[in-house]
Amino acid sequence: MTEITRRQFLTVSAASLAGSSLALLGFSPTTALAEVREFKLARATETRNTCPYCAVACGVIMYSWGDRAQNATSSIFHIEGDPDHPVNRGTLCPKGAGLIDFIHSPDRLHYPQYRAPGSDRWGRISWDDALGRLAKLMKADRDANFVTRTPDGLTVNRWLTTGMLAASASSSEVGYLTHKVIRSLGILSFDNQARV
Amino acid sequence: MPLQSLDIVRRSATTQPPPGVRAAASPSVAKLIDTSKCIGCKACQVACMEWNDLRDGIGTNVGVYDNPPDLTDQSWTVMRFSEYENPSGNLEWLIRKDGCMHCQDPGCLKACPAPGAIVQYANGIVDFQEENCIGCGYCIAGCPFNIPRISRRDHKAYKCTLCSDRVAVGLEPACIKACPTGALVFGTKEDMIQHAAERVQDLKSRGFEQAALYDPQGVEGTHVMYVLHHGDQPELYSDLPKDPRISPTVRLWKGIAKPIGLALMGFAALTGFLHYVRVGPNETTERDEEAAAEARKRTEEQTKRPAPPETRPPGPGKQS
Amino acid sequence: MTNHWVDIKNADVILCMGGNSAEAHPCGFKWVTEAKAHNKARLVVVDPRFTRTASVADVYAPIRSGSDIAFLGGLINYLLTHERIQQEYVRNYTDATFLVRDDFAFEQGLFSGYDAEKHGYDRSSWNYQIGADGYVKTDPTLAHPRCVYQLMKQHYARYTPEMVERVCGTPQAKFLQIAELIASTSTPIRSMTIMYALGWTQHSVGSQMIRAGAMVQLLLGNIGVAGGGMNALRGHSNIQGLTDLGLMSNLLTGYMTLPNESEQDYAKYVAKRTFKPLRPNQLSYWQNFDKFFVSFMKAWWGDAATAENHWGYEYLPKLDKSYDMLQTFELMAQGKMNGFICQGFNPIGAAPSKAKINAGLAKLKFLVVMDPLATETSEFWRNFGEHNDVDPKQIPTEVFRLPTQCFAEEDGSLVNSSRWLQWHWKGQNPPGEARTDLQIMGELYERIRTLYVAEGGAYPDPIVKLSWPYLNPRSPSAEELAREYSGKALKDLADPENPGHVTRKAGEQLAGFAELRNDGSTASGCWIYCGAWGPTGNLMTRRDNSDPTGLGETLDWAFAWPANRRIMYNRASCDPSGKPFNPDRKVIAWNGHAWTGADVPDYKVDENPSLGMGPFIMNAEGVARFFAKDNLVEGPFPVHYEPLETPLAANPFSPQQPLALNNPAARVFKDDRQAFGKADRFPHIGTTYRLTEHFHFWTKHCRLNSILQPEQFVEIGEALAGELGVKAGDRVKVESNRGYIKAVAVVTKRLKPLQVAGKTVHHVGIPIHWGFTGLAKPGYMANTLTPSVGDANSQTPEFKSFLVRVEKL
Repeated sequence: MTEITRRQFLTVSAASLAGSSLALLGFSPTTALAEVREFKLARATETRNTCPYCAVACGVIMYSWGDRAQNATSSIFHIEGDPDHPVNRGTLCPKGAGLIDFIHSPDRLHYPQYRAPGSDRWGRISWDDALGRLAKLMKADRDANFVTRTPDGLTVNRWLTTGMLAASASSSEVGYLTHKVIRSLGILSFDNQARV
Repeated sequence: MPLQSLDIVRRSATTQPPPGVRAAASPSVAKLIDTSKCIGCKACQVACMEWNDLRDGIGTNVGVYDNPPDLTDQSWTVMRFSEYENPSGNLEWLIRKDGCMHCQDPGCLKACPAPGAIVQYANGIVDFQEENCIGCGYCIAGCPFNIPRISRRDHKAYKCTLCSDRVAVGLEPACIKACPTGALVFGTKEDMIQHAAERVQDLKSRGFEQAALYDPQGVEGTHVMYVLHHGDQPELYSDLPKDPRISPTVRLWKGIAKPIGLALMGFAALTGFLHYVRVGPNETTERDEEAAAEARKRTEEQTKRPAPPETRPPGPGKQS
Repeated sequence: MTNHWVDIKNADVILCMGGNSAEAHPCGFKWVTEAKAHNKARLVVVDPRFTRTASVADVYAPIRSGSDIAFLGGLINYLLTHERIQQEYVRNYTDATFLVRDDFAFEQGLFSGYDAEKHGYDRSSWNYQIGADGYVKTDPTLAHPRCVYQLMKQHYARYTPEMVERVCGTPQAKFLQIAELIASTSTPIRSMTIMYALGWTQHSVGSQMIRAGAMVQLLLGNIGVAGGGMNALRGHSNIQGLTDLGLMSNLLTGYMTLPNESEQDYAKYVAKRTFKPLRPNQLSYWQNFDKFFVSFMKAWWGDAATAENHWGYEYLPKLDKSYDMLQTFELMAQGKMNGFICQGFNPIGAAPSKAKINAGLAKLKFLVVMDPLATETSEFWRNFGEHNDVDPKQIPTEVFRLPTQCFAEEDGSLVNSSRWLQWHWKGQNPPGEARTDLQIMGELYERIRTLYVAEGGAYPDPIVKLSWPYLNPRSPSAEELAREYSGKALKDLADPENPGHVTRKAGEQLAGFAELRNDGSTASGCWIYCGAWGPTGNLMTRRDNSDPTGLGETLDWAFAWPANRRIMYNRASCDPSGKPFNPDRKVIAWNGHAWTGADVPDYKVDENPSLGMGPFIMNAEGVARFFAKDNLVEGPFPVHYEPLETPLAANPFSPQQPLALNNPAARVFKDDRQAFGKADRFPHIGTTYRLTEHFHFWTKHCRLNSILQPEQFVEIGEALAGELGVKAGDRVKVESNRGYIKAVAVVTKRLKPLQVAGKTVHHVGIPIHWGFTGLAKPGYMANTLTPSVGDANSQTPEFKSFLVRVEKL
């Protein structure tokens, strides 16, 4: 069948009494055939995960480009609920349903940054420099302020001048390792989001 | 050809019959929105945008929870909130998910002058084919629920597809899957009517004597239905029309189209695009004939044409 | 949660109070709608605001923020005076029969032992009467005037429906309607669940609100049964896990506590935590404390933890006071802290009194922020106009911002509020140079250790001797760590009953905490997680969702602590002879020689019920406590106290005693007290909360969620709006004595003025989600307004009730 452009169509349309239905002319250009959108998950790779927001812990399925072949870099492009999960049974709330925009938020941080005293801007810093300087700052503060004994002779082995607030959306393994490191340093000012 | 995925029963502005040999593979489907289970969380809004790769603008707060405040080319569904103090003095927060109702007799399709820009599948889904859309906005005037929106970006009309791409491969629409409380369910229309009956019974046991299913017959029923606590007052739910019908203007339109079309057959033949004129088996021929008769009596209406809305057209309640 | 999300479907009545689960936990709330649809359940919502949870409730009642104990005390009084209690349960499974010391007293809002100067109590009189046999004296008839039952009845007699209305502003008729509905679950076959969250925890009497709720549940026999329980919904995805793992100032893993500095002697430290049974034949599971503790120390310090050095007891820092978050920011404000690390935590948003937090951060030498997103805290030094009006030149703090992975970019487990440990898998790499938290913490430790090994320094032992057996020491894997916290045998373990037989070979993972030993032959980093990675592998990855009984226990899905148990205290779902109270919801039962059923029994599995062991095996009593003894700082029975900032001049329950206006044991720092406002200048009650469209301060960085709620707003009722001449969409200023915010006004019927003690009070609703970074419209941190005072036990800030003034702009 002859293709018809939109311009031609409009011309014909105008000719046929200002938009009168072309249907009755029996006119059916090929572009008029319906097509549903291509199903976008057809060969996507599925990965099981857990929504990181509230403590309902809904199961999610992450769909990514690439089949995990060595030369394919995975990138998640869609997330929906895991229908097998006993709690959410495939559902998600407005936060969970929008997780893709968290993963790809323009506010994600991509490299370490450093702000010098009094500065009004960020500068870039390498991981090596950042962690190297931080280890030195922490050791210097600990060595200067660590309390081995109280004045009345109690052994207390605590470091009170540096503290930490830990996440409560990081994994248990992160939490466990963080606790192990922080307590081994003698830090007591140490809480997580459960406090608030 | 794309007809493999979903069989088409109607096309806008087209009388070429769709293939009719196969029995519909899928039965008539429906989305049921249970307002008594809906918590207005907007998960459906997000799931819709996420699945359909839409991102509306980040707007402002205008003093209500509704956001975005209205349907747009990017927001194919929105939650509408209304605070209602019932006669016993108790507050009810009636929350309604608004969006395309997928009418069995779709006013948008009837009004649409662009061939194949609006189709209806055998399962009842009414789908817009934007590549065929000419952006005239007649679908908006034709819709008794005020749903389609013209995009400022490409001047084409957009609305909920009932996730025809998901349904085509045997999945429920994205909003249905996301809905945390089961306020949205999807299945055959028959099953949804059955489900609604159970919900109505439960609501009656909780004192909502007028609880009812909303499946308006003025458009021959819809493939998106509501369970309402106040079935007798749908207008409480942000002006859900009580008895929606296709605007008489649109029906008139369809009515006059036919005789004019017939008169122009000669012209059409000369252009080489002639095809046998036949109204599809599912077209409401009788109604067209009636409308045409009515049109003959009121010829002064012939040139009148609904204009596409510039902003938000009057509420659907006022059109009914 | 004592129960779990799916179990809510088994409830007959659901009380949402101190929480807004439809908005904060929509997918968990699904089980409320299931209970309503399929179990004919009735939903009761008590909240200062008519929330989206209230929108699907069968009964809603308003309540003044901070007055929940008056309401719950009213319920206790109603149940006791109308004898609507589960008699068999109360007599056998609670301390109702226990006798209390004669010197315990309560008068004019204060318990015995109060010291006004110290703002606290000598709690020695808050205890049971102990008989010559070493056990608590009891009166099974409940008639003794010193028995807990009678004391409780007397204590709550003043909490009449009239007083509930006067203090809470809840109309009496609504209160009575709700009391009657709740009382209907006192029969053995009906159950009620209580779902609460920050609406109870974020008060200066938050712990006592939760206790009061638990007391209601115990009177009704609703703890341990299907569809019952006290269910803390919990905020973050691993807030349960990080607490289980002891990431709090006073904890070790598995709810073991750090030693106080007075506990110099290891044996005394252990003895204090090893509970001896208070009644005959009680299990008192904490008797095994040393097994948990020694196994923990072996996991952390390995071969350096020996019997000779008391398993490295000296390596642990000792407390002189609480170093909770509020204390930490107080020390920071005083200039006593130099360094601070925020790992996925945004205290400028999350902590009270933003100005105080800002000032404290500006006194640090260095601040480290580890986060996937650009948080406000990482940019506290930057000027964002009216939303963060600071001068960077005046702020000497060095700031390191380290980009981390997000959930989708790591393997690992999270623990939900049902106590399920669920494993998740990585789907892509972190963006750019971002690293995992494990890499960052691992490398930071490695670098510090290297410095100490090379240079020496202050007490290097706990650092250099820390067990660090990871294949890549700079990047331990999630699998290695999960095996470590679960636990393994360090030597071949001989069966104590049959010494020739080895039950576990050295190196083998342990199946559960019952295998832990106190002789250094086992290691387990977190005893309550023991078995999560057992001899058969990683149980956290299990994905069999079959539910053979239909009760929703799904025992083969992931792993639930403790011991894969889904409903805690489930022995209490059966009568004393071991028959289920409700045969239709049989969780477990005694079959003549063992306890079996749909769940893992929370009990000694072969214990014949005739021997009288109580169902609350973690308590030395063997039963649940109405009388909290000395475990909470402000008293053994919950008492209504006003918020630290209150519209009232006196406590309506004890108007003559000014010391009992607010929590008499609250810890308030001097400058923070100065910053409290009074009702004459700040007449409205401010309350902060979350909206369903956003998650804390994260999702304003997500476009989809920013579309749903783009701009900061506050909610005010129509009456207040009328007084102020404010229309929906107008801009208003909300000010407390600590600062102000400006936002759009949402004017609503959902906030009604309440009549309280003869006064009309208005609430102002303040959602928290906006700030000066992100995609949503910039806004003020809501915590600019909030007071720096916490619950007297948990030090959770009082975000739910404080004083503000609203003005039209």
